[in-house]
Amino acid sequence: MMTTDLTKSELYIHIPFCVKKCLYCDFLSFPADEKTKERYIEALCDELMYIGCERAENPLRSVFIGGGTPSVLSAEHIVRVMDTVKERFTLEEDAEITIECNPGTLEEEKLKAYKECGINRLSLGLQSSHEKELKTLGRIHTYEDFVSCIRMAENADFDNINVDLMSGLPGQTASSFEETLRKVCTLSDCIKHISAYSLIVEEETPFGQMYEDGQLNLPDEDEDREMYHMTTRILSEYGFERYEISNYARPGFECRHNIGYWTGVDYYAAGLDAASFYGHCRYSNTPDMEEYLKDPISAPSLIEKLDQSGLMSEYMILGLRLTSGVSVSGFEKRFKTGIFDVYGKEIDRFIQDGLLDHAGDNIKLSEKGLDLANFVMRAFI
Amino acid sequence: MDKSLIRNFCIVAHIDHGKSTLADRIIEKTGLLTAREMQEQVLDNMELERERGITIKSQAVRTVYKANDGKEYIFNLIDTPGHVDFNYEVSRSLAACDGAILVVDAAQGVEAQTLANVYLALDHNLDVFPVINKIDLPSAEPQRVKDEIEDVIGIEAQDAPLISAKNGIGIEDVLEAVVNKIPAPKGDDNAPLSALIFDSIYDSYKGVIVFVRVMDGTVKKGTRIKMMATGACEEVVEVGYFGAGRFIPCDELTAGMVGYITASIKTLSETEVGDTVTEADNPCAAPLPGYKKVQPVVYCGVYPADSAKYEDLKEALEKLQLNDASLFFEPETSLALGFGFRCGFLGLLHLDIIQERLEREYDLDLVTTAPSVVYKVHKTDGTVIDLTNPSNLPDPSEIEFMEEPIVNAEIMVTKDFVGSIMELCQQRRGRYVSMEYIEAGRALLKYELPLNEIIYDFFDALKSRSRGYASFDYDLKGYEKSSLVKLDILINKEQVDALSFIVHSESAYERGRRMCEKLKDEIPRHLFEIPIQACVGGRVIARETVRAMRKDVLAKCYGGDITRKKKLLEKQKEGKKRMRQVGSVEIPQSAFMSVLKLDDDN
Repeated sequence: MMTTDLTKSELYIHIPFCVKKCLYCDFLSFPADEKTKERYIEALCDELMYIGCERAENPLRSVFIGGGTPSVLSAEHIVRVMDTVKERFTLEEDAEITIECNPGTLEEEKLKAYKECGINRLSLGLQSSHEKELKTLGRIHTYEDFVSCIRMAENADFDNINVDLMSGLPGQTASSFEETLRKVCTLSDCIKHISAYSLIVEEETPFGQMYEDGQLNLPDEDEDREMYHMTTRILSEYGFERYEISNYARPGFECRHNIGYWTGVDYYAAGLDAASFYGHCRYSNTPDMEEYLKDPISAPSLIEKLDQSGLMSEYMILGLRLTSGVSVSGFEKRFKTGIFDVYGKEIDRFIQDGLLDHAGDNIKLSEKGLDLANFVMRAFI
Repeated sequence: MDKSLIRNFCIVAHIDHGKSTLADRIIEKTGLLTAREMQEQVLDNMELERERGITIKSQAVRTVYKANDGKEYIFNLIDTPGHVDFNYEVSRSLAACDGAILVVDAAQGVEAQTLANVYLALDHNLDVFPVINKIDLPSAEPQRVKDEIEDVIGIEAQDAPLISAKNGIGIEDVLEAVVNKIPAPKGDDNAPLSALIFDSIYDSYKGVIVFVRVMDGTVKKGTRIKMMATGACEEVVEVGYFGAGRFIPCDELTAGMVGYITASIKTLSETEVGDTVTEADNPCAAPLPGYKKVQPVVYCGVYPADSAKYEDLKEALEKLQLNDASLFFEPETSLALGFGFRCGFLGLLHLDIIQERLEREYDLDLVTTAPSVVYKVHKTDGTVIDLTNPSNLPDPSEIEFMEEPIVNAEIMVTKDFVGSIMELCQQRRGRYVSMEYIEAGRALLKYELPLNEIIYDFFDALKSRSRGYASFDYDLKGYEKSSLVKLDILINKEQVDALSFIVHSESAYERGRRMCEKLKDEIPRHLFEIPIQACVGGRVIARETVRAMRKDVLAKCYGGDITRKKKLLEKQKEGKKRMRQVGSVEIPQSAFMSVLKLDDDN
């Protein structure tokens, strides 16, 4: 298990804009005009100022600007956001600062500005190297766009880049996915991290509708698992090791921000519908744009307050997402009670069923358990 | 009471031909009380009734009609349950009447239940006159329907009132026809009392309220009465008649009158429909004909979805039984479903009604097992058992032979669908009896069908094969020897008792195969492969497999997702809790229900 220092916090900043909504996307994101974007950045900076002054007690170990597609904003907007963050928060020296980008929206200028304002990690949504698959997903870019982005990023001195890929796509085959994986792995040494998601068809999306209408030609479960297992094997050939259900990295380049989510680190959040977690409480900002623009610093709504058992439950279900699993000693240190005293029965059962492994100080999902993670996690809810 | 001014009648019709609408109109167009009764301040008594909160949803209503001849007539309109399940009750209600109005839809014409009901009425020597309803529909063909009534039923119809019950057209004609075409009751007020029980209800204030038609004699407060079949004796507390929605007490009920008796009777089982009420000290010579003890014909297991609600279910069944003596239940235990009840019903509709009332009025979630008819099992030791639960079938070595109930079925259908309906009847082991064209384009098919073939999804199949046009009626014919086997379902090699049922040996394979297919879709995938097998006598005749689960994982879970993803997992876990555990397999309750509907077209 990665060591986590719970005295550090993280910051998430949500940019709910994109050029055009992808057919599978269920995030809060939409196209918007320049004026709305300008008003939004203003509100966002107000909120960041407020959080920085009033709430944030600990230094930040990471900042993540996600969306949506933050890169649809002008460079100046992002710089303003970053300036506010730097001014109002304490950033650790080596803080990981990521921005999500869409290959169709980047240009050299923007990348240079990002770099200059302190952003040191890019997360690029590629999904597939095949034009046909990109089209099926409703993506706005081509593979060529992506390659030129990578070159621009190299030129701008970004050497910590994540690429998002997807398996289990309509019409995708194991061999087309393998091609995507190999192309990305050999493209650039600056790519240090790959997130490879098996497609989730969400109900309230065009894909959800198509699925219901029987129009989504998805790979069957066996093919889907073949792709998933293949991902681990192939990425490992190129030095990317799986560290979470869907995440792979070269050693030392695991995404610090996301690991925070899975290990119970406090995180603040700014922006529309953004979710935060501190003082054992989870909050959410309003999803209503007008409301947010009017009053960005109003208290976010409390979604849930975790008691001891809630915290333990999250420790398990989030921690088990990591391939290193949960730490037995870490659990005891944090909750002053033994993990086996609380979950002994469940853990034993899953070890017997071959879904969990107990190795040294760690309890983790087995190879089989990673495919059936929900089955295990339900027992810890 | 002047008998010549009383008319006791009912309305018979095919479903949806307008029976209850016409009844409403008759009640509206007539009065509650005669002029004399009003002077006697009957209303004061009624006020009291109202204060005590007694209202009745009566099987009968008494109204007063001032006819064109200037006289006031008492109309006793007796409702007849409109379904074959309640045929016996219908026959007793008819026996309480002297005549019947036959309502026929001006567009649809004569239907299966029209025939069944009108024949039943004629069997009881009722004078029947037809009315043609819905004449204001564009598709109405009154003359065709009149001819059809004369041709098919053989009763005079040319001067039948043409009405629209819905729009109040022609109702006066109906009322006059009641006066002129339905005979006044006969009977001797001074003869020993004989009164027919045609219904009874339970009221928490009055106890059992017995609905009677007095044939001979007189009954009043203080009369010591005796139920001839059950032998129960009580002193009459009150007699009266049925206003619209209320009981109106009166001094006495004499021959020819329809009304109610209360006598501090505690349970409905003492006052069976069809029994004769007489005077304990001066009994009539013989009970009225036609009484029989009502026996359930369809049984099924009823279990609470939440096993903690067992007591609630028990209480609800007890309450329903207070007002429905034909509902039978006894405790039953299933390995798969836990504690519940084996319930007996008069038929499928009765089952549906009870189930719906349990769910709606008592807020219970139920799991019911496949309905079963009553089989007669002749054992090698010479004894015969009535089998109501497939699980109780004796070992095959102890069985000499088995018998199953057979019904006479009448299906009325337009020409185009005759072929597919015949095919359906054949599939259901029907024996063709006859077919006649009752008019151009419409046929009456008669079949003998095993009851167990029509209690599954026969109605649905009939409807889908005739685009909703077929109408259907049946009555029990008797028992016949049959080649029956018990079909067992094994899930992961364990027999699930709640899924066992009796089936004809020739249908076993087909039924077993469809059960397995259905269950395969209903049972969620587990970590291991689950075989689903249908077996007869230990031999596997069909098999499906629920494949082992290979993927159950959320690809993404970041900061903003955590709450939602946790809720998803919680919901899934909640769903699992409601499942029934059979061995190591979790079976959703819907699986038990889904096998009740094995649709033909799948």
